[in-house]
Amino acid sequence: MITGAATKATAMIEAIQALLDPDNLFLRYALVMGGLASVSFGIIGTFVTIKRIGYLAGAISHSVFGGIGLAIFLQVNVGLSWFDPILGATVAAVISAVIIGLVSLHAKEREDTIIGTLWAVGMAAGILFIDRTAGYFNLSSYLFGDILLISKKDLIFVACLDVLVLGLSILFFNRFFSVCFDSEFMSLRGLNTSFFYLLLLVLTSLTVVLLVRIVGIVLVIALLTIPSAIASFYAKRLWQMMLFSILLCAFFTSTGLLLSYALSLSSGPTIIILSGATYLTLLIFHKWIKN
Amino acid sequence: METDHDIILENVSFAYKQNKILEDVTLFIHKGEFASIVGPNGGGKTTLLKLILGLLKPDQGRIRIFGEPPEQVRQKIGYMPQYAPLDMNFPATVMDVVLMGRLAKKTLWFAKKDRSEALAAIDEVGMTGFAGTGFNELSGGQRQRILIARALCSRPAILLLDEPTANVDHETEVNLFSILQTLNAKMTILVVSHDLGFVSKYVKSVICVNRKVVIHPTTLMNGLLIKDIYHGDLKMVRHDHRCSHEGHSHD
Repeated sequence: MITGAATKATAMIEAIQALLDPDNLFLRYALVMGGLASVSFGIIGTFVTIKRIGYLAGAISHSVFGGIGLAIFLQVNVGLSWFDPILGATVAAVISAVIIGLVSLHAKEREDTIIGTLWAVGMAAGILFIDRTAGYFNLSSYLFGDILLISKKDLIFVACLDVLVLGLSILFFNRFFSVCFDSEFMSLRGLNTSFFYLLLLVLTSLTVVLLVRIVGIVLVIALLTIPSAIASFYAKRLWQMMLFSILLCAFFTSTGLLLSYALSLSSGPTIIILSGATYLTLLIFHKWIKN
Repeated sequence: METDHDIILENVSFAYKQNKILEDVTLFIHKGEFASIVGPNGGGKTTLLKLILGLLKPDQGRIRIFGEPPEQVRQKIGYMPQYAPLDMNFPATVMDVVLMGRLAKKTLWFAKKDRSEALAAIDEVGMTGFAGTGFNELSGGQRQRILIARALCSRPAILLLDEPTANVDHETEVNLFSILQTLNAKMTILVVSHDLGFVSKYVKSVICVNRKVVIHPTTLMNGLLIKDIYHGDLKMVRHDHRCSHEGHSHD
């Protein structure tokens, strides 16, 4: 046991040393990306958690796969080399956010059926596009994340989206607060609730795209909601919950990345297991304290 | 147009999926009225409020608030919804919640004036000193009062309340209605309530809603009317909390 722990500690130290190695640029990129994305994740994750639209975000993230498939198809078969998978993912995310948002606003009774269908259709379309594309593609890197794929271009992209999410969230803070707490009352004050609800979903979709590289489509929702769920144990006000979520998200991605490097594990699942285990432990702890 | 009526409904009907909720409703509400809306569950009480707010559109008929369509005068109507659908673990302070009443199209952030209006509204419902308290730390009755404060801080001329006394104890109920009674000096108030016997001590009229809508002055309430409203032969139980010195008679 002792030697096991010692080996792990050594591995962790090695991982930190590896950061300084120029050959391991990808690890630095991944850490920077995790840190940058945490800003958007903390803010948007908080809105998603308190509005309880985690499963709408799930549907959006899965339909993103359709966009990734389409982009790969267009790149290889049609020769549109500029149409890279992240661009495809972004376009698909925004479109599906608007569709899913409109469905949840208007299709009262069949909402969950329609959203479940969009979830699966997006995913299936992605696979079919890739089936029709020559060459071998590592699907699991999109599904569960692969930090080796991160480029400098991705970092710039993440930073831009961060600015957009942060800017709009500050500008419309009261609107988003009201949409989440009591949208009916908000509309009585003469404000367009549907617009701000859709805007919130679009920002959610963009945020989801941010971390697809690191944790992948399937796991990204966990990272969106777990830090906020933990933050909600301690925060009294919305902005406190956001700040705490950002810090937690940054902590989980960086620690998870270093752990996965040290132990030669997949990065996405390591991050998710770390954050999920922390959440469940705290949840049990808080329930136990209450009783 | 009669100017002493704040709210006018003329031959209003509303159906939800072939189910007629309200049928041919004509209702005139005086300025300064304090009325309780009563009726069986599903009888259309909340629907009536939402029509007045312009949240729902009537299938037939016409609604005028201060002589205008409801959507145009929403700013002058304060509304306290049933709080059941609200997330009670929402991370917000009392101030955050009350400030919602100051939301306006033109301003993105709240100004000093908004905060002082919100504090005044918190005082008005007897919750002074609670501005920084978490909304989820309050008791049921305190939350109701904060939601009333939210409705008040836009300085409305009409106040609509949907079951403000659901899930609160009797003492809180008395407390809430005396607050409303004071507010009635400045505004028209309509309040949905289950407890007809209790509210009739405070309100000036009772609006009975069960597909049809009938308004009665409180003094005229009797068994025959109730029977007519509830479409059933029911026993009238008096809920008076005090008897006069001579006791009371059973009529």
